[in-house]
Amino acid sequence: MPAKTIQQEALTVDSLEVHFGGLLAINSMTFDVRAGEVLGLIGPNGAGKTTAFNAITGYIRPSSGHIAYRGASLAGLSPNEVADLGVVRTFQKTSVFGGQSAFDNVLMGLHRRQTRKALHIIFGLPSVAAEEREMRDTAREVLDFVGLGPRADELGSALPYGEQRLLEVAVALAARPSLLLLDEPVSGMNPSETASFMQIMGEIRKLGITVLLVEHDMKMVMGVSDRVVVLNNGSIIADGSPGEIQKNPDVIRAYLGERYKKKAQMRSTARVGAKGKKRAQG
Amino acid sequence: MNRFLEVSVVLFLASIPFWLGNLYYLHILITTGIFIIAAMSLNLLLGYTGQLSLGHVAFFGIGSYTSALVSLGFDLELTESYTFVFEPKPVWFAFLCGIVLAAISGWLIGRISFKVRGAYFVIVSISFAEVVRLVSLNWIDLTEGPMALNNIQPFTFAIPGLWELTFFKKEPNYWLVLGLCVVCFVIIRRLVQSRAGRAMIALRENEPLATSIGVDVTKYLVLATILSAGMAGAAGGLYTHYVRIVDPDIFLFIYTVTMVIMVVTGGKGTLAGPVVGGLIFGILPEVLRAFASPEVQWIIYGILMILIVYFLPEGIVPAVTQWWQRRARGPEGSMSQGSAPGAAS
Repeated sequence: MPAKTIQQEALTVDSLEVHFGGLLAINSMTFDVRAGEVLGLIGPNGAGKTTAFNAITGYIRPSSGHIAYRGASLAGLSPNEVADLGVVRTFQKTSVFGGQSAFDNVLMGLHRRQTRKALHIIFGLPSVAAEEREMRDTAREVLDFVGLGPRADELGSALPYGEQRLLEVAVALAARPSLLLLDEPVSGMNPSETASFMQIMGEIRKLGITVLLVEHDMKMVMGVSDRVVVLNNGSIIADGSPGEIQKNPDVIRAYLGERYKKKAQMRSTARVGAKGKKRAQG
Repeated sequence: MNRFLEVSVVLFLASIPFWLGNLYYLHILITTGIFIIAAMSLNLLLGYTGQLSLGHVAFFGIGSYTSALVSLGFDLELTESYTFVFEPKPVWFAFLCGIVLAAISGWLIGRISFKVRGAYFVIVSISFAEVVRLVSLNWIDLTEGPMALNNIQPFTFAIPGLWELTFFKKEPNYWLVLGLCVVCFVIIRRLVQSRAGRAMIALRENEPLATSIGVDVTKYLVLATILSAGMAGAAGGLYTHYVRIVDPDIFLFIYTVTMVIMVVTGGKGTLAGPVVGGLIFGILPEVLRAFASPEVQWIIYGILMILIVYFLPEGIVPAVTQWWQRRARGPEGSMSQGSAPGAAS
């Protein structure tokens, strides 16, 4: 994608607040995702990352604030309407159609690309069969894209965990997103699976798909993101390039605690083993 | 090749009246066919969207009553001075009215229950069936209540001015039922092998994931309910014009249960499941009748149900398919191991 489009804002989240009863899950969250970029959203457990995903994609109603995608407000839209605007998410907890083959999983994901209506289908118009053939080819392409081509006939629930996570991404990609929200896509993957997933992320970026990524694996987030936003206790505490975030004192405090702020600032000089020890104590 | 096989099966079924020779057996096949249509319609909801409609007989009954009333005509005393008179209409028109009204009530149920799933959908559908039953029992002006509507005309088929055939005999009714079975089967098959059917399966398997990829689950649930109710209504209409009498007993819960049993034993969510289940539970009672009293029959059903659910939890059709696949794969497996007996033969 041309560099020009990167400056354009795709998703804007403006002073978003989410309450669950008396609990304030997200407090005045403001950030934006620019078209074509990979934005990492990080923060300690319970910081409100998944809640933000749920609010953006219509699974929960925000208490106040605005969410807009390409200028259109997402307020009050149901999840499938949000998906129709091109905003597609994956889930933190692995979520595939377990009783269907990997191939059928992707076919289901292609729902949005198909245009034939129920009446066309009931009367068996030739266009329905033509579309069906086309979709089966597309489904194979999508499966090959994430590297699950050889697993096409396996049941979703029978795939190993790491491959289920890949399948999940394939299903989301099949829905032809322009903005893809990935909720901890590599959690549960082993290091080699994570590495190959990072390559797939590169391929996704080449397709011109904007990505908002929530992830705990820092190596992965710092490796693939153009920009990182840090969330703590429901508010944004930092926003910048991966390099800036790693040096940001507020971020270090949020992750490691006040006591380690000074030491951590000097961590470039610290030995790796010593750092690991401090983490364990914290 | 597959298509050839399908056409041969249908032709074989169509030829049955020519060589069966026993009208009582044909009668059994007709009622079984009607139940198979109802079971197929239930399977669209229960098997594909995963929603159990325990009031499914309501749609069947609405189709029956509507078709009967439209073909018989009726008058309603709306006020002291005004009586609404409905003239009898041709049977085919009455039959279509029955389908449409059943489909509309399906739409209504689909809309009402658009937020409720699982147990709540079951309750809504049971309540609906019970309400309809009470109406049919108590609105005597319209439905004659327990006195039943009788002398309902059978189907007629006419080429105006040339030829007319009234379906008093069993054979044409059999072909009519067979024809409708085939139509419903084809519609359901087209549907479930398309994006619409995949959307329904997606709803059944994982609703949050389905919505996240843009499936409007409510829309497809309503679509499934409408089609399912319409087909059940068609089955009801066929039944009415075949037995030519309809009373509120048509709404009995046991009929819904029978349909559910047919779908579950045959294999829910499979195309052939309701056909297989319908054949077994349509014909079995007649076979058993020869040597078992009704009480014993019920015990036999119960035992059979438990055995099937216990040993074939997914139903007969998936079990047979899996066995067949394993058998097809079997020889390859033994060949790769270099099994001597396999090589010798």
